[in-house]
Amino acid sequence: MVRLFGFGAGLIFVLALLIGAVIPREASVEDPVKKLHLYPREANLAHDGPFGLGVFGTFDRAQLQRGYQVHKEVCSACHGLERIAFRNLGDLGFTDAEVKALARASEVPTINPQTGEPAMRPALPSDYIPPPFPNETVARLANNNALPPDLSLIVKARPDGQNYLYSLLTGYDKPVPAGHDVPVGLTYNPYFQSVNIAMMKPLNDGQITYADGTEATVEQMSLDVTAFLRWASEPELEIRRQTGVATMIFLFILSILSFLTYRKVWANLK
Amino acid sequence: MATTPETMTDGADGVRRRDFIYVATGAFAAVGAAAVVWPFVNQMNPSADVRALATIEIDLSSILPGQAIKTIWQSKPVFVRNLTPVEQDEANKVPLAELRDPQTLADRTKDGNRNWLITLGICTHLGCVPLGASEGENKGDYGGYFCPCHGSHYDTAARIRRGPAPTNLFVPAYAFKTPTLIEIG
Amino acid sequence: MSFPWANQYQPKSPLMQWVDSRLPLPRLVYNSVGAGYPVPRNINYLYNFGVLAGIALMIQIITGIVLAMHYSAHITTAFDSVEHIMRNVNSGWLIRYMHMNGASFFFIVIYIHIFRGLYYGSYKAPREMVWMLGVLILLLMMATAFMGYVLPWGQMSFWGAQVITSLFSAIPLVGESIRIWLVGGFAPDNATITRFFSLHYVLPFVILGVVILKIWALHIPGSTNPTGVDVQGPQDTLPFHPYFTAKDFFSLTIYLMLFSAFVFFMPNALGHPDNYIPANPLSTPAHIVPEWYLLPFYAILRAFTIDFLWIPAKLWGVIAMFASILLLFFLPWLDTSRVKSATYRPLYKKFYWVLFVNMFLLGYVGAMPAEEPYVRIGQIATAYYFAHFLIIMPLLSFIEKPLPLPNSIAESVFAKAGKKPVTVGAVPSAAQPAPAE
Repeated sequence: MVRLFGFGAGLIFVLALLIGAVIPREASVEDPVKKLHLYPREANLAHDGPFGLGVFGTFDRAQLQRGYQVHKEVCSACHGLERIAFRNLGDLGFTDAEVKALARASEVPTINPQTGEPAMRPALPSDYIPPPFPNETVARLANNNALPPDLSLIVKARPDGQNYLYSLLTGYDKPVPAGHDVPVGLTYNPYFQSVNIAMMKPLNDGQITYADGTEATVEQMSLDVTAFLRWASEPELEIRRQTGVATMIFLFILSILSFLTYRKVWANLK
Repeated sequence: MATTPETMTDGADGVRRRDFIYVATGAFAAVGAAAVVWPFVNQMNPSADVRALATIEIDLSSILPGQAIKTIWQSKPVFVRNLTPVEQDEANKVPLAELRDPQTLADRTKDGNRNWLITLGICTHLGCVPLGASEGENKGDYGGYFCPCHGSHYDTAARIRRGPAPTNLFVPAYAFKTPTLIEIG
Repeated sequence: MSFPWANQYQPKSPLMQWVDSRLPLPRLVYNSVGAGYPVPRNINYLYNFGVLAGIALMIQIITGIVLAMHYSAHITTAFDSVEHIMRNVNSGWLIRYMHMNGASFFFIVIYIHIFRGLYYGSYKAPREMVWMLGVLILLLMMATAFMGYVLPWGQMSFWGAQVITSLFSAIPLVGESIRIWLVGGFAPDNATITRFFSLHYVLPFVILGVVILKIWALHIPGSTNPTGVDVQGPQDTLPFHPYFTAKDFFSLTIYLMLFSAFVFFMPNALGHPDNYIPANPLSTPAHIVPEWYLLPFYAILRAFTIDFLWIPAKLWGVIAMFASILLLFFLPWLDTSRVKSATYRPLYKKFYWVLFVNMFLLGYVGAMPAEEPYVRIGQIATAYYFAHFLIIMPLLSFIEKPLPLPNSIAESVFAKAGKKPVTVGAVPSAAQPAPAE
């Protein structure tokens, strides 16, 4: 009975599917953008470790500090980093005093205790980095109706995020192919999903002066800010990998011990 | 255990001993189990953002003599009071024998900053927030703080003088970073 | 217990005697996972995946309870609370990644466990109840996983919830009302996330209950084995403890190594980057996809593109998606071959491997956008899926000529080893010592 009903149901499903499969369908139009889009290039960063495996690498703190400087002096004009608190910057190698100073240089909203009016106060290390715009409407007004995304998670929020970010920042100089019209207000960048990006070229050679004296080329700044944003997305990266190595070694030994135990238990058979 | 395979072997002296491999595996596994348990226990400890607020700094420059401010430290209310010379004299004049919790003003303030009285704003009876820190609030019969819940009166050195509270308002650990900046905690 | 030669529980220590005489829990443990439960001696590593699934469930429950201490189920704070866990809570990143990857690993284990069952005929009489409870667990797992994925309230969380709940509106007449009832509003919103949190918390304990029923049902006839030949005597079995506790512990260490490789070194490999973007009801992601373990069923859902027999294509997709899992309940009655194990069913074995590859194909199609050539491939793969269970398997029961079976488990083990196997745990019933009173 079950088989009969099942057989019938099966025939109906198969029929519906095979008819749907053989029916001709209109030729899909090839999206011209797909041909222009480029996949990310490798960004070889210090924290990728030997062979780029990502097992033993640690952050290059000098690079992270340079990246923070790029973010602060260039990116933070439009992009927020709201999930990072000033106290987190101690991870980059800054001392407590430097962190306090960095915090004090920014202002965060508060209420005037005397009048109750909104006011601003210098930030404390426990405060989060204030965003450049108070809300989305203001952000769009200032950016030709585009919304610059918050960068705290950007490396995890894009496929192959680290390489993507590096390629995007260094990809602005690719020449516009013949026949491709870039819409007004956008810029051509083949590493961007739709190839026409709302962000103008953000980095130029010599745009900032690094505190540690490194030459500020577009390549250098792109690598540094990418490393910094990788840290911002994954501050636990180093401890995660270290714990991982310790765990794998422990489990490997335990697996050998447990295998020998298993063999010993079964030894007196056969 | 006559019907399960031997997990112990007879040693030459007839004493049964657990096989080494079983002990080694068991011990190793136990260590691993403890290592796994620790993060699960530790996650209930204060998180990084809470620990960041374990100490706060307070700027004293805007508090005039006779004024006090209320603030929050480790989720608890704190009273920071700038005592006038009259209030300090009043506190110093009280004989210790009269106090339920004998402490001098000097015990409760720092040398060179005897006018700065920093205490928790938690009544030591049952935990209400006493009045007296803000302008116009009832300071009680001794000119310090007054707890309206059960009628505890604190004097200008925030010591309990009358009412059910057993001890003086608690003075947290603090330090002067500069003459106008203190760090509590 | 159906095994007369099984060891009897005889507590040695006074403490155990005291406990057992008042609450027979020690006896229960002894008889279910201790030395009192005989297991076919020839079961291979594929039979470890049931225990691994139980452990995966425990990992999910423990990490989940801990995460719930820090998570906030409200649309304005959910995403932030997950980032709070990742960045501020002590070892929060570890617990979150364990929970996230634990779900994926739970499904890997379960799929292997199911495919073992399909190969060795574990669903056949008298274990139909075991199998059906298992299908129920699969359904509960899928519901739990789907709701759990919505909780971080990322882009995929929201849009996945949007797509899957909108399926219900395909049901004629009452569909839209059901959808609104499920969602608690007109689109996934706060009412949705709070109820999903409540249900996501409770369902794993329902799963735990069904798992206990399943083990109970299994322990009546005992486990199957790779030959498909029934256990005939003590020479065919070994006590669960210590033989299979040792083997299970070893397989656990291997499982944990694979699990740790993902948790510590590639924690986001099985996820989707879009879920690190906070949900935005006004912006649809380029490709909405569920988590990988739901992809084959997503492919089945999207495979129906034409209105057929007065039923619109969208409704066909919904019916087929549910049917694809529900038909598994009927498997013991669809496949009536007396021979259990595919080892001795050469024709069935061929189709089994076709199904195996087909599942991967369906998964791949599910991940791809709904464009050619993926649509056509998906339609053929879906057709095979239904044909396999509803047409081929019933037919095979009639037309297949199975290979000759070994006479007993012991014989097949002895044939492999070349020696007569030692019988362990064999105590002739006459010589049973009287239980200590």
